[in-house]
Amino acid sequence: MSRDLSRQLVLLLPLAILVGAFFLLPIGRLILVGAGGDAGAAAYAAVLTTPRYFESFLNTILLSAGVTVVTLAISTAAGLFLQRNVFPGRDLLIALMTFPLAFPGVVVGFMVIMLAGRQGVIGSVTDALFDEKLVFAYSMAGLFMGYVYFSIPRVILTVMAAIEKLDPALEEAARSLGAGPWTVLRDVVLPGLKPAFLASGAVCFATAMGAFGTAFTLATDIDVLPMTIYTEFVLYANFATAAALSIVLGAITWLVLALSRSLAGTTVAAAG
Amino acid sequence: MTFAETPRTPVQLRACAKTFADGTRALEPLDLEIAGGETLVFLGPSGCGKTTTLRLVAGLEAPDPGGRVLFDGQDVTPLPIEKREVGMVFQSYALFPNMDVAGNVGYGLRVRRVAEAERAHRVAEVLEMMAIGDLAHRRVDQLSGGQRQRVALARALAVRPRVLLLDEPLTALDAALRERLRVEIDALLRRLGITAIYVTHDQSEAMALGDRIVVMRQGQVAQVGPPREIYFRPANRFVAEFIGTMNLLRGSRRGGRLQLAGGELALTAPGAPGEDLPDAVETEYLFRPEAVEVISPEDASLSGRVASALFLGDRTRLVIEGVTDRPVIAEAAGRREFADGDRVGLALDPRDLLRLPG
Repeated sequence: MSRDLSRQLVLLLPLAILVGAFFLLPIGRLILVGAGGDAGAAAYAAVLTTPRYFESFLNTILLSAGVTVVTLAISTAAGLFLQRNVFPGRDLLIALMTFPLAFPGVVVGFMVIMLAGRQGVIGSVTDALFDEKLVFAYSMAGLFMGYVYFSIPRVILTVMAAIEKLDPALEEAARSLGAGPWTVLRDVVLPGLKPAFLASGAVCFATAMGAFGTAFTLATDIDVLPMTIYTEFVLYANFATAAALSIVLGAITWLVLALSRSLAGTTVAAAG
Repeated sequence: MTFAETPRTPVQLRACAKTFADGTRALEPLDLEIAGGETLVFLGPSGCGKTTTLRLVAGLEAPDPGGRVLFDGQDVTPLPIEKREVGMVFQSYALFPNMDVAGNVGYGLRVRRVAEAERAHRVAEVLEMMAIGDLAHRRVDQLSGGQRQRVALARALAVRPRVLLLDEPLTALDAALRERLRVEIDALLRRLGITAIYVTHDQSEAMALGDRIVVMRQGQVAQVGPPREIYFRPANRFVAEFIGTMNLLRGSRRGGRLQLAGGELALTAPGAPGEDLPDAVETEYLFRPEAVEVISPEDASLSGRVASALFLGDRTRLVIEGVTDRPVIAEAAGRREFADGDRVGLALDPRDLLRLPG
């Protein structure tokens, strides 16, 4: 019995070291730093009470939620088409859709500038057509586009795998009962994909919450939390606030992930 | 029970063929009349075209140009499945996991925008008919396989379809449950009098349920007929050997008697007007195991040696060698025991012998 226990403890050791060195110690330190500034533990409250931080916080959540919804919508539409139609070049197209995985955020930001920046393609085209340059790369819209772009590969593969696993008889049964294509989509296909939406949506949301490279490349005036943390930390050397913001960012993201996991758990059980 | 007004929709297939996009011919041109209220069973090995035929009737597949599907004289060929008013039951049950039992059963009515109260009434009625009223608020994953298939049947019937289509509905169930549900489905179809098309690869299911059976093979109809006719008068060797067990005797025919390795056999019953068949060096006859009587070798003109004996309780299944070039399967009733190597005689009524084209 005690031999068993000691063996278990030995097996646990690497995990304990890992968790201690890379998780508990830094986070603990971060929490302490956050509470160790002039304001003390009130720094955490300041994240919500200081309008500048709160706005940045709200922006980040809204942006990430919007990116998640739009990415899921695009990926589902594209995934349904790719999974149900066989045509030459299909595999190449799927490979292309996963391409953004290879790019760091900086490159994605650079691509957004090439597309919608001052010298960008959209700007030139709108300039030629309407005599007015449409430039939105350096704003929230540009960031939104960049985030959707790099989120799609994270979502589309999961969604496509889920579509492939849907029993085609389910849709046929719904149709035999009189449901048209849109009704089948609403009542059968989308509910069937819900676990995949929750899982990939959570990853998408978390990635968008913490993404930094793209924002850093695009923006001078984009106010998202990772940027705020960066400025507080590097420019103002305001370690306590930076730490407090980091903890809050981490906590919110973790909460969303945990929530989606528990929701996915119940839907998976319901789906049998 | 308001199911008295079940429609008895005759179904006609006219020159329905199906070639898939990759060029595979799944179904040769088929003409078929299904009477209103009839239960027609498509039976055959996998890949024989039975499911394709069902899907043509359902509207899940379109026949090749020229083929037509008629319900009660009305051409439904251009209608997709959602407009055909068919009820469909699948091997995988295909119940919607995001709805409870009542939600599943009422789905077709909801899609048709039947008012809430009327819907609840009809759902309750169908659930009652299937004896699953107490399951109404269960989740699908809380149901057993048999319950699931009852719910699937209830769901298909709730919309009062013109035709009921069943695609291997019992295949996913274990043997005992399959047997019980088969009896239930049979009673249900008789009671409702609905036109039903049933696809299966299981011959006992086909025999028990079908008013008529369509035996299919490689996209073609091998034989159409009532179960007894299919069993006792198979049209060809394929049907004979696919349905039940069939023994083959190969020998020469001389003077109305079949000469075999293990003796000889009269081809006409004494006193009966026999067919006058010419002598032949090689000819083949078929018979079923239950047609042969196992007697003592001294009293028989045909005999063989027991190669193996399988005691089944009510009877013993014998594999007998030395009768002809293939082993013969026979069934002996009663308490008699057999040991391997025993010599046995075989008596056969000539009327049970079949001569069939390959």
